[in-house]
Amino acid sequence: MRLSRVARVTLGTITALILAVVYMPLFVVFVNSFSTSTSLTWPPPGFTLEWWGRAFRNAGALEGVTTSLQIALASTAIALVLGTLVSLALQRHTFFGRDSVSLLVILPIALPGIVTGIALNNAFRTILDVRLGVLTIIVAHATFCIVTVFNNVIARLRRMGTSLEEASADLGAGVWTTFRLVTFPQLRSALLAGGLLAFALSFDEIIVTTFTAGAGVTTLPIWILDNLFRPSQAPIVNVIAVMLVFVSIVPIYFAQRLAGAEQLQK
Amino acid sequence: MTSETPAIRLTGLTKTFGAVNAVDNLDLDIAEGEFFSMLGPSGSGKTTVLRLIAGFEMPTSGTVELLGQDVTSRAPFDRDVNTVFQDYALFPHMTVLENVAYGLRVRGIAKNERLERATAALEAVALGTFGPRKPSQLSGGQRQRVALARATVVEPKVLLLDEPLGALDLKLREQMQVELKELQRSLGITFIFVTHDQEEALTLSDRIAVFNNGRIEQLGTPAEIYEAPMSPFVASFVGTSNIFDADEAKGMLGRDGVCSIRPEKITLHAPGGKVVTDTVALAGRVTEVIYLGTSMRILVDVDGGKRLTVLEQNAGTASPLDRRGEVVSVRFSPSDLVDLEPAMA
Repeated sequence: MRLSRVARVTLGTITALILAVVYMPLFVVFVNSFSTSTSLTWPPPGFTLEWWGRAFRNAGALEGVTTSLQIALASTAIALVLGTLVSLALQRHTFFGRDSVSLLVILPIALPGIVTGIALNNAFRTILDVRLGVLTIIVAHATFCIVTVFNNVIARLRRMGTSLEEASADLGAGVWTTFRLVTFPQLRSALLAGGLLAFALSFDEIIVTTFTAGAGVTTLPIWILDNLFRPSQAPIVNVIAVMLVFVSIVPIYFAQRLAGAEQLQK
Repeated sequence: MTSETPAIRLTGLTKTFGAVNAVDNLDLDIAEGEFFSMLGPSGSGKTTVLRLIAGFEMPTSGTVELLGQDVTSRAPFDRDVNTVFQDYALFPHMTVLENVAYGLRVRGIAKNERLERATAALEAVALGTFGPRKPSQLSGGQRQRVALARATVVEPKVLLLDEPLGALDLKLREQMQVELKELQRSLGITFIFVTHDQEEALTLSDRIAVFNNGRIEQLGTPAEIYEAPMSPFVASFVGTSNIFDADEAKGMLGRDGVCSIRPEKITLHAPGGKVVTDTVALAGRVTEVIYLGTSMRILVDVDGGKRLTVLEQNAGTASPLDRRGEVVSVRFSPSDLVDLEPAMA
């Protein structure tokens, strides 16, 4: 399609504006992490690497990173196992209530985080009588992490069809051997893509976390929120925020590239 | 007595999908070493029968016997039959050699032996040097051969082939037909071949079952099926037939019941010539001439409103266009007419 000069300039300007609105604040955070001012003034009066050094020595921030990594890894692992199993059940078998189960599995990602948070908080404390802590956060995160794995895996299963599995059975392989040698290798890249997304979702989650964390557990996003408005800590928060951006973007980038490479192969 | 035990025996086999009888109370014996074709239009149940034999579907009722053993309730991996799939179903993440060795691998055969046997199987289909490649690097015909090698390397008692040549172009298909026939002879095992291509079935098979609506409409050798079709469906599905319904047979030929004649059994003559005794002669007019290379298909409207198809060898006499509108005498021997059972209601 050919566009007139005016249209191209207009559309270009609008696109640039929107991208600026989205990315300028991130840029400000990045610049502020080197600022000599402790109160986030703009423009920065001067530049220093002091905050970056302090961030790496900050016990609270480091503990937050460790906790968040543990939670993200654990909930991703749960999501990979349960997401794969539920996709296999829904894609390879027919049973009563299949469509309902399919909807119920996807729903947690659409639910407002605050609703999930309140609901899980109530369930854990009043019904199950579980102490809130790292474990409850992991379970809470797994409820929506399953969805990204499920979506990736079920799409792959659908595209793959059943004939490879039938061929494997035909050649003498039992159910488990077929899964190990045929189905799983076909799912590997879908699992990786779904797992990376799940990891990114869990790593920077704050709403559900707040409701399921209980006292004493500080994930990285919670630590940031706690420290953002303490004057002495603000620049360190900027440093952590910049690092969070990278930790979140890298998995998404690889997930996208994986999906792209798959497309090219087909 | 083993020679009299059929390779496959189907008894009262029925498969229902919802309200549809995909396979309807089928009884069939397929002998050992036979090249058996199941021919029919799509939806006639032939592929379902194949999947029931392979074990991918469970029958609604009836039994499947393999060499005298009831295997109806056995899983696919527990049956000595192997399948060549329509889409080949090669494992895309494995090399060609790994694909062929797969059946041996899952049977727990030692690595050296299975690589040796898989290599030999690849050589047998003239793909000896293709082992390290991925299936995606092969052409359709080569994938087809890999699928054949993969299914035969485990030495099944019966090989099931589900429209294996459907995706190949004509030249390759003809070549693969010859190779399939040779492979079947050299292995000496039973081949059950599903196809909707009547010519392919006639070319390859020892016997053909013509399927229609989940039932076998006719079972016989290619010559029997072609020369003596027993129903209008078989007469028109296998080759081309001029079918006279009961009224037409009575009025034009003076016969009772539905009958048919093959286009190549009819000849065209100049009108008014002497008619040899015991020959049917009908007056007609040529309406269309279709040039087929080795032959001509000529459509003739005979008096009484019936349109007949006539096949004439291309003797290279007249330009085909000259004959349109020509008044002709259509002649054939009544002995070439085949009586068809009236179609079951």
